[in-house]
Amino acid sequence: MIKFNKFYTQFNIISLVLVIASLALLIFKGLNFGIDFKGGTLIELRSQDNKINVSSLRDNLSQMDLGDISVKKFGSDQDYLIKFENKDEKKNLVEEIKINIDNSFGNNFDFRRVENVGPKVSAELLRSGIIAISVSLAIMLIYIWIRFEWQFSLGAIVALFHDVIITLGLFSLLNLEINLSIIAAVLTIVGYSMNDTVVIFDRVRENLRKYSDIKIFELTNISINETLSRTLITSVTTLLALFSIFFFGGEILKGFSLAMIFGVIFGTYSSIYIANTVLVRLNVSQKTILKEDEKN
Amino acid sequence: MLYFSKLRIIFISIISLFFFIIASNNLLDPNNRFFDKKINLGLDLQGGSYLLLEIDNSPVIEQKLQNKSTLIRSYFKDKGIRISNLKLSNDKIKFSVEEKFKQNVIDEFIDENSDINPFYPRFKSHQFDINEVDNFIELTFSKQGLVELKTSSQDQALEIVRRRIDEIGTNEPNILKRGNSRILVELPGLDDPMRIKSLLGKTANLTFRFISTDNQSSFGVEKIEYEDGSNTDFVSKRIILSGDNLLDAQPRMNNQTNETVVSFTLDRVGAKRFGKATASNIGRKLAIVLDGKIISAPVIRDTIASGSGQISGGFTFQSATDLALLLRSGALPAPLNIIEERTVGPDLGQDSIKAGIIALTIGFILVIIYMFMKYKFFGLITNITLITNLIILIGILTLFEVTLTLPGIAGIILTVGMAVDANVLIFERIKEEIKNEKNNIIAFDSGYTKSKTAILDANVTTLLAAVILFFMGSGPIKGFSVTLGVGIFTTLFSVYFIARLFTAIYVSRYKDKEVLI
Repeated sequence: MIKFNKFYTQFNIISLVLVIASLALLIFKGLNFGIDFKGGTLIELRSQDNKINVSSLRDNLSQMDLGDISVKKFGSDQDYLIKFENKDEKKNLVEEIKINIDNSFGNNFDFRRVENVGPKVSAELLRSGIIAISVSLAIMLIYIWIRFEWQFSLGAIVALFHDVIITLGLFSLLNLEINLSIIAAVLTIVGYSMNDTVVIFDRVRENLRKYSDIKIFELTNISINETLSRTLITSVTTLLALFSIFFFGGEILKGFSLAMIFGVIFGTYSSIYIANTVLVRLNVSQKTILKEDEKN
Repeated sequence: MLYFSKLRIIFISIISLFFFIIASNNLLDPNNRFFDKKINLGLDLQGGSYLLLEIDNSPVIEQKLQNKSTLIRSYFKDKGIRISNLKLSNDKIKFSVEEKFKQNVIDEFIDENSDINPFYPRFKSHQFDINEVDNFIELTFSKQGLVELKTSSQDQALEIVRRRIDEIGTNEPNILKRGNSRILVELPGLDDPMRIKSLLGKTANLTFRFISTDNQSSFGVEKIEYEDGSNTDFVSKRIILSGDNLLDAQPRMNNQTNETVVSFTLDRVGAKRFGKATASNIGRKLAIVLDGKIISAPVIRDTIASGSGQISGGFTFQSATDLALLLRSGALPAPLNIIEERTVGPDLGQDSIKAGIIALTIGFILVIIYMFMKYKFFGLITNITLITNLIILIGILTLFEVTLTLPGIAGIILTVGMAVDANVLIFERIKEEIKNEKNNIIAFDSGYTKSKTAILDANVTTLLAAVILFFMGSGPIKGFSVTLGVGIFTTLFSVYFIARLFTAIYVSRYKDKEVLI
């Protein structure tokens, strides 16, 4: 049996530091919102000629007075991603860019993707994204509150916030873009983290009924060990699926799968080291669940 | 938990076979299918354009207020009540009446059978709210009045948008209302929406009005710029003809001037009015005004009684074709703004499908190898379950003709990764049970029974996340939530019916063997 409980305190401190650091990053550095949430224009280009370098393309476009413009390679050597805010909401900018690029580099650019999100829509998308995450957290809270005693719900929710905050903190730290698919990833992380925690809690509760003489500190460790192989196997298969999306699923799904990979790793860690330690600190005992059983 | 009746086995086989047939339907030649059903590819996979248009209702509101104020004046004049200080400001109509008529006038507006302020019994609301502010009576659109106005302009705009898109002839466009002031247009297979965008961006409000030489006209004049920005002229506000009077418009080559023009045919009323106006105004310049700009202002040389004419204005063949199209399909009730646009080229869509399928295949193979390494024979059972799971999932997506998006494919891959969870929970539990239980059948049975709550909880949490995403998410993200959510049900079906069936057969055959799992 692995003695997970030996490190409860150490890992709690590490997590606390990570959460505080993430919050600090989120407050002071903020998130790198993509055009979905900030508004603006995105163009994905492919050139037939891979001798064109990014800086010449960037120089060419910055002469167009598009405001804050970013030009980057996107995946392969021939693909470029152009983003700018389009503050004045000019209508035919994409056409102007097309003409300009065709004039300067010859007619060998293919416009593979164009996205243009107006300020009103981006504000709405941001709002509905925030609502979606809040609602999902609230519903998870309600679900776990119905299924378990409050100490367990608290443990699960603390773990959930831990995972979401650190994942977003990591996105802020690495300056990765937050777009619609990241919201989907965060919601899936919420579901996954919950799922992992619930399976261990289920076992903790079962063991609480079974053994009246084992303290929660030991009991959580037994439960973690009993469910450990399941926790690991499921995490591994989920990660296998996610890594194959990350490496082979194309550029567009990279951010999504990366967020999910972070989330699965933190979710697995937190269901062992965060959710359980909340039970330990709240000194959950057989009495806690017996009281609840009587009520029913 | 391990007992299966014959009937149940037949039932499970039929269901699996049914979905297998439906799923394989996607691979068949379109002309040779069993059913007329297939998975639709989202715009991000097949390429195409997604446009979200917002109707700018402010000109409509202004116009309606203008009409209403004229109506109010004449309505009360007939009743012998003089309306004074009638003004429009900030979406309001303001006026004053003599004190003795005041209550009278207000009563007219709040009467449920009012002619001047229509009542909507269904919503228990009038078109206008009436307020008394410092001796003035103020009318503003009520909430319902505004909704009514927006819905009607949305209906009209939708019709015009549909006509314009149909005229261009793209395949299977999807034109839908969103809220009460937006229109969603999905154009599959269109990789350059430039032309459609420019066509939808034009109100196409066409009027024929005389240019006023002395800057005066009994109807008032306004200063209007020429299309090419070269000049401005004073144009009478009196409208001789509008786009509504057009029966047809076509691009033509004018043989005399060698110029591309738009020729038009007028309806009877229009032809009559045009004939009269041209007869009495020979020598004057008639401005052809489109969306607040003068296209051209030819001099009337003769009476035009034929009911047809030509608009010239330095057109190219393309721009003449577009103008003709706009005039044929009619004017929008209000300007449209494109507030969101997402266009994916067909080759990027192809690349995305390819990448999605590669990722799915590799993820699938990795999971299968891993499960086999972990559980040997039971890994094989899990893998069979995984494959049937995938087939049933695709079958359901086909049956309901779900639109598959790139995030949707990610949802399927994720389902592959997470679907083994239920089987793992069961097998791990069985392993534990076997330690204390000699009878294999009992151990397997209680393994299934005891893991049930954990599996239920684990799947409900994921399902909740998927449902929230479905209701909150937009476009492609919805596709993700659908595959993730449907995946949970297919997973539970394949784990509890298919995997359990195989397990039951295996265990009952080798029930006396020492270690089974």
